[in-house]
Amino acid sequence: MTFLNGSMITGVCLAVLIAFAPAALADSPEMAAEEDSRLYTFLEVEQFEYRIGSEDTLSWEAQGWFGGDYNKVWLKTRGDHAIDAETKNAEVQLLYSRAIAAFWDLQIGGRYDMRPDPSRGYAVLGIEGLAPYFFEVDAAAFVSNKGDASARVEARYDLLLTQRLIVRPSVELNFAAQEVKELDIGSGLSGVELGLRVRYEIVREAAPYIGVSWERKAGRTADFARRKGEEVDDLTFVTGVRFWF
Amino acid sequence: MRKEEGAPIKRGLLAFIALLFVSATALAGEYRLVIDETPVNITGRERRAMTINGSIPGPVLRWREGEEVTLQVTNRLKEPTSIHWHGVIVPNTMDGVPGISFDNIAPGETFTYRFTVKQSGTYWYHSHSGLQEQSGVYSPLIIDPAKPEPFQYDREYVVMLSDWTDENPERVLAKLKKQSGYYNFHKRTFFDFFRDARRNGWGATLSDRLAWGRMRMDPTDIADVTGVTYTFLINGQPSKANWTALFKPGERVRLRFINAASMTYFDLRIPGLKMEVAQADGQNIQPVTVDEFRIAVSETYDVIVTPREDRAYTLFAEAMDRSGYARGTLAPRPGMSAPIPKMRPRPIRTMADMGMAEGAHEMKPGGKASAQEGAMAGMDHEAMGQGDARSETPSEEPPVMHGPGAHGPGNAMVAMAPRSRLREPGAGLEDPGTRVLTYADLRALEPGYDRRPPEREIELHLTGNMDRYIWGFNGKKHSEADPIRLRHGERLRVIFVNDTMMEHPIHLHGMWMELDNGNGEYNPRKFTINVKPGERLSFIMTADAPGAWPFHCHLAYHMASGMMLDVMVSDDEEKTHP
Repeated sequence: MTFLNGSMITGVCLAVLIAFAPAALADSPEMAAEEDSRLYTFLEVEQFEYRIGSEDTLSWEAQGWFGGDYNKVWLKTRGDHAIDAETKNAEVQLLYSRAIAAFWDLQIGGRYDMRPDPSRGYAVLGIEGLAPYFFEVDAAAFVSNKGDASARVEARYDLLLTQRLIVRPSVELNFAAQEVKELDIGSGLSGVELGLRVRYEIVREAAPYIGVSWERKAGRTADFARRKGEEVDDLTFVTGVRFWF
Repeated sequence: MRKEEGAPIKRGLLAFIALLFVSATALAGEYRLVIDETPVNITGRERRAMTINGSIPGPVLRWREGEEVTLQVTNRLKEPTSIHWHGVIVPNTMDGVPGISFDNIAPGETFTYRFTVKQSGTYWYHSHSGLQEQSGVYSPLIIDPAKPEPFQYDREYVVMLSDWTDENPERVLAKLKKQSGYYNFHKRTFFDFFRDARRNGWGATLSDRLAWGRMRMDPTDIADVTGVTYTFLINGQPSKANWTALFKPGERVRLRFINAASMTYFDLRIPGLKMEVAQADGQNIQPVTVDEFRIAVSETYDVIVTPREDRAYTLFAEAMDRSGYARGTLAPRPGMSAPIPKMRPRPIRTMADMGMAEGAHEMKPGGKASAQEGAMAGMDHEAMGQGDARSETPSEEPPVMHGPGAHGPGNAMVAMAPRSRLREPGAGLEDPGTRVLTYADLRALEPGYDRRPPEREIELHLTGNMDRYIWGFNGKKHSEADPIRLRHGERLRVIFVNDTMMEHPIHLHGMWMELDNGNGEYNPRKFTINVKPGERLSFIMTADAPGAWPFHCHLAYHMASGMMLDVMVSDDEEKTHP
């Protein structure tokens, strides 16, 4: 039943997006063929990495878009897959994105978490862009098919050591508006993830990297973990590749 | 003709008509041009270029003022094409801009251009379709004057500068849309911070970095597309091929410089020689002698040099961002070469480029310092003011404050205090220790034909969002913007305010722009006006050509990203003032 609900909500979101996206994408409908309104496709695998920590994990985070200068359809996916354990996470978001300010896009759409079981669907309202001082920010609020509200804020920064050797610190904060028993999430700040990755851009489009990632469950979420005998924090060493086209 | 007229007059008239007929016959040239795909090898790898008559550049067309030219242009490409006569005043339907002056030239078809040439000087012609110009569809166009030139020379050469990429130009644009800093490998690094801090002090360096960070602007963005992908060419030849122009010592050599690059401004010098600038954009100017000049994309300059020694001289064209150069040689005999100068340090954008009133505390007494201080209201004065240690050439005119409104998501910044920069040679040439041409030096040889004062003003803001790679006017792309409507015959002033931190070479089709550089009726007329970052300047024009005319930034990827407007000139009052 839960699975059905999750699929249904996500399905409806996707259907609406697919139906309305092409019309919305051309910046000026009657001049869709104008030379200054070409449509592009972008796909960036921001993280595709092997994590060595308390348990070895394969982890990914990717996003891409199709569209013009002001209107785009975004696809975002992230997840991890523990090599020797049951833990698996996988989510995908499909969003309509509109430029609302010089550096900011408003994004609205659906998110579907295939894992952990049971899967669930979310409505998404977010904002993504470049904050002053060149911080890349992605902040989104989610409401699940069960009515649970949560939010996620991510910020990243590129620090150039050389033109090709780049340090990328990142921070992610997760919040929940209420307790979600099935997911062992407590209300309030539920988790923090700090990352530091050093990549070398062989070409702009491809860069291997190494780094560290530190995750910590917070507040009531941490209490739940302790009660189940799980680790509250996890420091992992990561190695992977970032690429786009 | 009236019968009462006396026989001698009649005979005279007949003779005159006969003479006209004879000269008209003599002055009617037919030219055939074929646009085709041609394999070329410029960098060591074979690529398919788009060419006119099989070469890059295409053939030099040489017309005579008064000639009626007929040009048959055949398209052998797999896509539509067009040819635009850059800087040439032609009837509207002969201007060659798809979607504005005609449909296009479809694959396999031939279009016949026919018009009478009413001017002289150095121009060029190129495709106005997509990014075909970047692929090689450009060529020089020389028009000899009906009257003798007002200057003497013994021989002449065309020097056409351009930029070539092995990449597909559409790929280049796609990359810019996805990662606008793709071609910039000179961004500021962590270690640059310490180097600058040692030189300029920790406080100043930190506040400079914070100021740029707050605006989300990159001061190292001098050129969007750089030597990372470009090979710079002189008459289609890379530097190692060393294009050479021969001379006899003591001869006056006229060099017709044309910047046919898609994105690259060049700084031109010939070490050891002074250059006498005789024409700008094909128009005679009062001669100015300089050591160096910057040529914006699509401009032309005619200079005369007099090499007296029996030796080679290097013709050196540095890209403005110093990511490469084009080089040729002037020599008394083939096979000679001279030392190639070192490229100078890369320029870096300043707060003046951002339209900030950096010069406030440097102003001479009597300057409108208070107005400039006003521009800083609401901004962190310390951070903005101390940014870069270099001094800017103070301008005599006070800045005009930017109005409210930031032009929407298509624009990333506004120049708070844009001002005239006509006396500045430009980024990277602030203090070369030599005489560099500026726009203030350009003074027409003869007064303009229309001495009426302008009846009205139009203010246009050059806008852009580097991050999204959107460019336009007043925050709008071509596809979003309303045309500018002008009444046929009206005289008006057009004011540019550059809200971006890039130079933009703005080109108007069909009519001349009289750059207002303070020379009154001797203001120079131009087909392209370079507008510097944070600059406010104006030109005066007479809307003397009915029809729809493009008005655009000649940087190919800026135009393709929306930096274009249509200018509609009409006798119909209804249409001009809706």
